[in-house]
Amino acid sequence: MWVLLGVLAVVVGFAARLNPLLVVVIAALVTGLAALIAPGLTPAAAWGGLIDTLAVLGKAFKDNRYISITWLILPLIGLLEREGLQERARMLIQRLRSATTGRLLLIYLVIRQGTAALGLTSLGGHPQMVRPLIAPMAEAAAEAQDPNLSDASRNRVKAMAAATDNIGLFFGEDIFIAIASILLIKGFLETNGIIVTPFALSVWAIPTAIAALLIHGTRLLLLDRSLRREAAR
Amino acid sequence: MIGLPVLYVLAGALFTVFAIGSATDATHPKRWGNTLFWGLFAGSFLAGSWLPDTVNGLLLVAMALVAGLNLVGKGQSEPQSDRAERAERWGNSLFIPALIPPAVTLAGTFLLKGVEIGGQPLVDPKQVTLVSLGAGIVLATAAALAMFRASPATAVREGQRLMDSVGWAGLLPQALAALGAVFAAAKVGDVIGTLAGDYLPLNGPLMAVCAYTIGMALFTAIMGNAFAAFPVMTAAIALPLIVGQYGGDPTIVCAIGMLSGFCGTLTTPMAANFNIVPAALLELPDRNGVIRAQLPTALLLLIANTVLMYVLAF
Repeated sequence: MWVLLGVLAVVVGFAARLNPLLVVVIAALVTGLAALIAPGLTPAAAWGGLIDTLAVLGKAFKDNRYISITWLILPLIGLLEREGLQERARMLIQRLRSATTGRLLLIYLVIRQGTAALGLTSLGGHPQMVRPLIAPMAEAAAEAQDPNLSDASRNRVKAMAAATDNIGLFFGEDIFIAIASILLIKGFLETNGIIVTPFALSVWAIPTAIAALLIHGTRLLLLDRSLRREAAR
Repeated sequence: MIGLPVLYVLAGALFTVFAIGSATDATHPKRWGNTLFWGLFAGSFLAGSWLPDTVNGLLLVAMALVAGLNLVGKGQSEPQSDRAERAERWGNSLFIPALIPPAVTLAGTFLLKGVEIGGQPLVDPKQVTLVSLGAGIVLATAAALAMFRASPATAVREGQRLMDSVGWAGLLPQALAALGAVFAAAKVGDVIGTLAGDYLPLNGPLMAVCAYTIGMALFTAIMGNAFAAFPVMTAAIALPLIVGQYGGDPTIVCAIGMLSGFCGTLTTPMAANFNIVPAALLELPDRNGVIRAQLPTALLLLIANTVLMYVLAF
């Protein structure tokens, strides 16, 4: 029960807007110490527990270094931005008279969901796709709708571009049979004596995928409307 | 065999260069903090596999302290005024280097899998996608350098400009994965699962379905990851009650249960690589701006999932 203090540390730390990295480390140490709480806990044992927690944290940190491999792409993106990639993406959109922020992001949502459903999850992503291409395009379309676009609306459009990438990915990838989450479900059910095929699991991801497309697609078109209303003001 | 160690050396080299770049930038307001932060990160990539686990842990603690003391950040880079002209000159060929990494990742994932040299696989079979991604990035960077006649120093400087604008958030996804391991070792999930099973009102299939989908979303929001929540909540609620007692179809229940967890992922700063990193990358003033944009979709979709599970599973 005491280990929930670690979860509490996370919630309180984030709510207090402490630096998240610091919150993570503190929460880990709190969890490790809290796991030891029992009558008769000696300071020496607590110190040993702290060192053990540090080792568990350090090992997992080392084993998960592959997560940070994505940053290798930054010199390329920086170089492309220096040569005007974001501006080029904007120009492309400005030539399309009928392009609006909502329609553009809706098309991206469909493409992201569709490619993720085919297992092509690496075709999107924030450093390689959203920052250099999708966000500037969405911004340019918003500027076309409203030449005096406010900073608040600009940031909302950018945030929506990132949100659309996430939503397309999350609710597309589970339709692909060899994605990690499907394999996790299959493995978990197997250990509980229930045999299912990845194909059956992926088929039942389709209703939610359609719901995601309808819900988020509607919100994107509503974003257009609120941008238009702001422009008219 | 090419595997993760090669990528770690590459990343270690890049972060070393970032650290040196920070140290030699006398005008940077966070000069030494950045030097220390990226230097420690470089050390973790280059030496992490040989260091004792406690030392790796201390590296993370040290980086968190540097970030927590607000010593990491971006400088004042001069705005570049000729980008539009450059974009006009390159035209749509600018998109080619940007599309090389995904194309090579895809091709590599399919083509490199069975390749053997002298009976040894060329690429670690478990890491084909990441190695292909690394190869795609290296190829695309080389192509861009040739196309723009730019020096590698320029590429590193531009990369550092972006890395500085991401700052400590760039380490957060990896740090959260490490926290997840500590939670798992301390059996935090089991405690929450038991609590959910013991205290939630679970009479009737509708209540059980609601408890499972909402529980998946909430627990995922706490852990930042649906994969950590799924086994716990499914063992606590879905298998004994929805499937066992009320006869729901386990395939449908589990498929939609996982997707309910994904709704939780959209709402939490704990899922840093999806929610916090893009806010930093897009230079949003509000760290939670992406979460705010996702919240309505996440809530509506959670309701949709609950309805779908209730209608389809029985």
